[in-house]
Amino acid sequence: MTHTVLVTGVSRHIGARVASVLAADPDISRVIGVDTVPPPSLTRGGGVTLGRTEFVRVDLRSPDIAQVIAAADIDTVVHMSLVSAPSRSTGRAAMKEHNVIGTMQLLGACQRSATVRRVVVRSTTAVYGSSPRDPAVFTEDLEPPDGPSHGYAKDAVEVEGYVRGFARRRPDVTVSLLRFANFMGSGVDSPLTRYFTQPVLPTVFGFDPRLQFVHEDDAVEVLRRMATEDHPGTYNVAGAGVLLLSQCVRRAGRLSLPLPSPAFRLLGTAVRRAGLVDYSPEQLRLMSHGRAVDIGDLEAELGWKPKFSTGAAFDDFLRSRGLRPLGGGRT
Amino acid sequence: MSGDPAAELLAFLRRRLTGDYEVDEFGYDAELTDKVLLELLRPVYHHWFRVETAELKHIPDEGGALVVANHAGTLPVDALMMQVALHDEAGRALRLLGADLVYQLPLLGHLSRKTGHTLACREDADRLLRKGELVGVFPEGFKGVGKPFSERYKLQRFGRGGFVASAIRAGVPIVPTAIVGSEEIYPKIGDLPSLARLLGLPYLPITPFFPLLGPLGLVPLPSKWMIEFGEPIRTDEYEPGAADDPMLVFNLTDHVREVIQQLLDQLRLRRGHAFPPLL
Repeated sequence: MTHTVLVTGVSRHIGARVASVLAADPDISRVIGVDTVPPPSLTRGGGVTLGRTEFVRVDLRSPDIAQVIAAADIDTVVHMSLVSAPSRSTGRAAMKEHNVIGTMQLLGACQRSATVRRVVVRSTTAVYGSSPRDPAVFTEDLEPPDGPSHGYAKDAVEVEGYVRGFARRRPDVTVSLLRFANFMGSGVDSPLTRYFTQPVLPTVFGFDPRLQFVHEDDAVEVLRRMATEDHPGTYNVAGAGVLLLSQCVRRAGRLSLPLPSPAFRLLGTAVRRAGLVDYSPEQLRLMSHGRAVDIGDLEAELGWKPKFSTGAAFDDFLRSRGLRPLGGGRT
Repeated sequence: MSGDPAAELLAFLRRRLTGDYEVDEFGYDAELTDKVLLELLRPVYHHWFRVETAELKHIPDEGGALVVANHAGTLPVDALMMQVALHDEAGRALRLLGADLVYQLPLLGHLSRKTGHTLACREDADRLLRKGELVGVFPEGFKGVGKPFSERYKLQRFGRGGFVASAIRAGVPIVPTAIVGSEEIYPKIGDLPSLARLLGLPYLPITPFFPLLGPLGLVPLPSKWMIEFGEPIRTDEYEPGAADDPMLVFNLTDHVREVIQQLLDQLRLRRGHAFPPLL
């Protein structure tokens, strides 16, 4: 059986890696990668090479995506194009439009398509929010007591709503919704990885949140399996275990600067204005209350466990950046 | 590292400094709890309150169980003493289910997680019991810990019985537990309700020494303590679905409450005067 796969968001690291893995799969006849900007491997060189992926520059917010899907007889759609932080030039409004309107356009096109059989959508564990009233470990079926009300997390909640709507209207299509923990690894560049490479790390005084990471290799493997096999449903994707923020800081050999939460918020706004790091209200909440998710459903469905635990994923990231604990390496 | 305390201390400090230790998914840091936090409590346990335990054999050596105890003393010192007792004398880490107020406060909430405790909610209780942990609850909550001295050793109402439902779902035994001595550490003879509301606290106590003596009034009185673990009440003969039968849950909750009240009355008689050397 021939497969034609559409991957959105191929100009970002994980999207590019997924496209290149799928392009290397002999069972897949064509991989079409779309994004709003060309991938770095095509323009500047460097970055992940896309293999035989055919790149098409499409703005997801426009109906052009429907033509791409119709023209190529796409049967599998891997939607990776969620922007987690507003870019300095275009801001939050454009980010929300890209995330929410872009997903609506894409799903609208899929609903019309007679060929699409499988849709895989990247979401985030941020949809659970982060609050002191949360259970310690989220399973997929839990409704958070305080859901997210801002930014990326809210976009993801809305995206998930549209995905569920699509799954209801097209029960013949296999829909997999993946809630990823924060990506960690040598190639990952996110507000969180940039945070850990600063010399001094501001933390919220009196709080030591539990954090969870997923290694990029595991994320790519999960996406590959979801794109090539039928695994309908919603799954958390994270490395086993948790790290406390204080533990991360020590492993990175950094100094922490505990600030009372109003000062942390002010500093966050200041560095965002200066364009150094992106902070948002839900990041403040994550830095205060933390979050952990259960990955039992994913492991049972795939019959596979992520190779990297949260701790191992973080250590691999530290190695790639040359970060070591104070006083030498760990035994 | 065989028994050399200096080398052990160095290795411990090195692990802590480099972040090379494990915490579980609830944030429980077993090493920090045992080596630092419980170490600070042990002198209080042995020399200040002279805690005696009875019937430790009712605590299972392994596997899930739910310890249900009375709650008193204005500040939840009884939780800490019960944790020392179970850790040191029964070899079990106690995982308490705490009020959400605790988890909203800086320092306290995260100290509580590091020492193994979590928010009192159905998901966390079920998860801990399924993992075979020893879970502790104080169903009286603030009603118990903040009650006036005149009502000492009278069990307050037991919430909605959520803990019983969790035990039934997990099929684990309920161990009714009585703690005597906690009632006398800060005898609450008055309350400042408007100031408490202003500060967002459930109550603000007046004791014979607080706020009169300022911070010195925060030193707990050295009452004699006893902790007795009652015979486990089995829940594994119920279907897990029985957790959704409110009548059954209420009845079992009442039963547990009565057993604890009886244990408490007997143990209080056995202990005698709260401050023996003063007699």
